[in-house]
Amino acid sequence: MSEKIYVLIDHGEGEIRIPSLESLALGQRMAEEAGFSLHALILGNEIGPLAERLEKQKVDSVLLVEDQKLANYDPDVYCRALSEILTEDQPYLFLMGHIYQNIDLAPKLAAAINRGLVTDCIGYRKEGDDFVFVRQMFRNKLNADVRFRSEHPWIVTLQTGATSVDDLMEGSGQVVERSLDLSAVELRRKQLEAFETTQGKVDLSQAELIVAVGRGIKKAENLHIIEELAEALGAEVAASRPVVDSEWLTRDRQIGSSGQTVSPRLYMACGISGAIQHIVGMKNAHCIVAINTDPNAPIFNIATYGIVGDLFEIVPALTKKLKGA
Amino acid sequence: MKLLTCLKQIPDRDTRYEINAAGTGIKTSDLTFEISECDEYALEESLKLREEHGGEVAILTLGPQRAEKSIRKGLAMGADRAILVRDDEGKVTTPHAVAKVLAEVLKDEEYDLILTGTQSDDWSYAQTGVLLAELLGLPHATIVMEIRADPAQKKVKALREMESGWFQWVELPMPAVLTIQAGISQIRYASLKGIMQAKKKEIRKVELSDLDVDLSSVPSVEVLKVYLPVVEKKAEILQGSTEEVVEQLVEKLKKEAKVL
Repeated sequence: MSEKIYVLIDHGEGEIRIPSLESLALGQRMAEEAGFSLHALILGNEIGPLAERLEKQKVDSVLLVEDQKLANYDPDVYCRALSEILTEDQPYLFLMGHIYQNIDLAPKLAAAINRGLVTDCIGYRKEGDDFVFVRQMFRNKLNADVRFRSEHPWIVTLQTGATSVDDLMEGSGQVVERSLDLSAVELRRKQLEAFETTQGKVDLSQAELIVAVGRGIKKAENLHIIEELAEALGAEVAASRPVVDSEWLTRDRQIGSSGQTVSPRLYMACGISGAIQHIVGMKNAHCIVAINTDPNAPIFNIATYGIVGDLFEIVPALTKKLKGA
Repeated sequence: MKLLTCLKQIPDRDTRYEINAAGTGIKTSDLTFEISECDEYALEESLKLREEHGGEVAILTLGPQRAEKSIRKGLAMGADRAILVRDDEGKVTTPHAVAKVLAEVLKDEEYDLILTGTQSDDWSYAQTGVLLAELLGLPHATIVMEIRADPAQKKVKALREMESGWFQWVELPMPAVLTIQAGISQIRYASLKGIMQAKKKEIRKVELSDLDVDLSSVPSVEVLKVYLPVVEKKAEILQGSTEEVVEQLVEKLKKEAKVL
């Protein structure tokens, strides 16, 4: 019997989440390369239609676990369900998206079944019979190749955007229903109200031109050069997370995975290194200009035009030029 | 309330790192070190909770002897005492192993809340706090942006950051583990008085070898290689003096990209 790869399919509001489809795409590639079978695992309640959608993907089966207790994510009940399945089925690899829900869940699962976990991977290499996983560290300045030396299943979370849903291969899988007895699981975490912070405040999603500022601005007193540039362009001001965390700008101007997602015609990134959490929020801009002192900053990988230089010189010069033009 | 904060000492965030001779990590000989950002926010929250509810803030750190400097900073910010589990040889390499060691030390401690950072700025696994919660059999919440504790009812409310600007309140029975997100509040500076007092505060040192932890039972993950990412530069890098690059940029934005 061949080895198995399992992929966790997360969903919300009746839709399969994109990072899960990215994980599935990676799982398909790995399974094909290693000659393993691939199985999508979906937990929830009354989610038959979602499971049927997965049948159209290239998977060997779609494992569907339905239970009232699984209707909303809870770490205790999700961990128990996954522990039982993984312990019984012993897949070679268990893949999932590195989304907030799985940051909450994956380490708990790893501790519960005492298995290795490598988080936030951006890819893999096949080395002999082994898979080696690649991940970023030191704020994306360095990469590391890591290898499991532990028993299977290996648990891996995959960085959002590391693979593309365009790579998904179609096929025909079969839904296999699985029932678990979760009645004894005590839910210790009570879910209270949820809300959206950006609502009713600055909506950057419709902005045509955005000037965004990052850690490189160094302090709040320097922000005026960014505001002056934005004014000269008629653009909105936005920021990466560190600027908002320092309270130099309000949170409703934050772009990225925990802020807003934008697709303006022009996105000017000033002193932003380009952590993935930022990039996911702005990569669909039509034209991206990056100004950064570090020539190795990842922002240059996605920018249209780059200027390697000091934003304190470039930005005022640009403002002057635009005003004079 | 008895509050316990896990602090990790990491290399200075703004340094350009060099790879070590073995190619499995970075050269640490010429670096300065600091408290990992999220952990510092966790300490700040612990101090705020103590101000509101009374009690004690203890720091727990696993690391080499040099980590004492970061612990002193935490004590100067206002923590009451600290425990340093010394691992000078760097034997504890994975988050799972770290959590196992911390859990062992915590067997002899009393606490209502354990606060850790959501992730560190060096290896950025975002695992340790949750692993620790599970090993201790405690409930947890991650990526926390606000805390409201109710010590009388032994309950804590935590505001979890979700994706795309969403937040959710959850309620947990105490004791519990919360992993704190950067930006939860503003980190205080240590006062001169705090710095003076910190010198007299207790740092209990525990040798790794004195703990009853079998690291060989922890799932092992090995770092084979650390390297600079291969950058596929997509950007057209504009060359020249400040005036020249600005001139080129405006021209290109108008004529090539047609966004102005």
